Amino acid sequence: MAETSVAHAHDTHDHDGEEPELWEGGQSPFMASYGKIMMWYFLVSDAFTFAGFLIAYGTLRFSMPTWPEPDFVFASFPFVHAHWPLVFVTFMTFVLIFSSVTMVRAVQEGHRENQRGVVFWMFLTVLGGAVFLGSQAYEWTTLIKGENVSVTRNPFGRYVADGVLVDATGKEVVENGLPVTVKKNQSYLLHGHEHNGTIELEKKYVRYIDGQYAGQTKAVEEGPKAFGALFFFITGFHGFHVFSGVVFLAVIMLNAMGGVYASRKNGYEMVEKIGLYWHFVDLVWVFVFLVFYLL
Amino acid sequence: MAGHQTYQEQISLVFKGLGILGAITIVEVAFALFAKGHIIPSVTFGKDPGFGHVIYMLAMIGASLYKAYFIIFYFMHMAYEIRGLVWSVLFPLLLLVWAIIAFFQEGTSWGRRREFVKERNELPAQSAPVGRPQGYLLLPGVLHG
Repeated sequence: MAETSVAHAHDTHDHDGEEPELWEGGQSPFMASYGKIMMWYFLVSDAFTFAGFLIAYGTLRFSMPTWPEPDFVFASFPFVHAHWPLVFVTFMTFVLIFSSVTMVRAVQEGHRENQRGVVFWMFLTVLGGAVFLGSQAYEWTTLIKGENVSVTRNPFGRYVADGVLVDATGKEVVENGLPVTVKKNQSYLLHGHEHNGTIELEKKYVRYIDGQYAGQTKAVEEGPKAFGALFFFITGFHGFHVFSGVVFLAVIMLNAMGGVYASRKNGYEMVEKIGLYWHFVDLVWVFVFLVFYLL
Repeated sequence: MAGHQTYQEQISLVFKGLGILGAITIVEVAFALFAKGHIIPSVTFGKDPGFGHVIYMLAMIGASLYKAYFIIFYFMHMAYEIRGLVWSVLFPLLLLVWAIIAFFQEGTSWGRRREFVKERNELPAQSAPVGRPQGYLLLPGVLHG
């Protein structure tokens, strides 16, 4: 029968029927199908990869005297010229939560063999993934084009002690008739401008009034360089997971539309497997959100 | 498998999940903004080192771990799998506990050495010792500046 040969595609190789097939012995381990178990173990290995990246972030952050403050760095919002800390990334988090919820619905409708339901909820899930990717593109563009962050440059930092801003000659910078003071741990962004095709960051000087540099004038340096590299690699790796998830979801949605899984009569197990992957992407975002935006 | 749940129970799980994950996220962000002085400027225990900062971090990590638990056990149906699968997936992740302890310890010590090197580099240059220096590697020209 065509149905069974599709459902057991991994053991359709020829055998004469007399020799007992090893893999057709008893129950499958853990009462779950081969595909689902293997998806779980793939996710375990992927969890270790992400954990390695996030632990590297923590290690480098612990090794630096200061680190950029997330609610200062991530504060832009599309079409609004305001300082709205963390609002946009909260929006992105909600997009992923919603697309996880629609994925749960697609899996549930699959168990009921409801083809229209599966396709509808998967379509919303794909849409959520696409909105997330678009949001991430906006976030990256703001950081790269607007604020000149790259894998080797980080204009975001924090002052190491209290002081006053001075110019290159040591004269105090005056704004509205008052000297400009800076506080310990206060965040700064060194604005960049293009000069002969390369980005140059503005020069700022601080005369410190306490801390180990009290009385000295020092140039304000770039923040920890590792920040940019870690941010782009880790959110990029996660974004790539979202992207491949969107591609797989779209393919499986089209297959479901074409009736491929309806003919298998196994409760749309393929939808369940891609659902596991999609929830994992949301799960990783929980931790990316924690370490990059909350801590 | 979620086969033993009624359809109504499944639907209510979806709304429950949306409510729990959404509410925790909103509380986390609101607490972050509060603790970092965006709501009351003088309240900054979320970024100043100290006891308040530790409490802040533990609260954030705890809330995120609860979100992770909910996603794994209810959205990914781990709660309905048999125990062997649950253990074979979750148990290996305990290795990460040691990875976190070891690497963060390493990072802290790396930072201390970085500070030490920086301090030494910023010491004022000492004039060459008078007389015959002892315990110095004498390179031609080094002490005759």
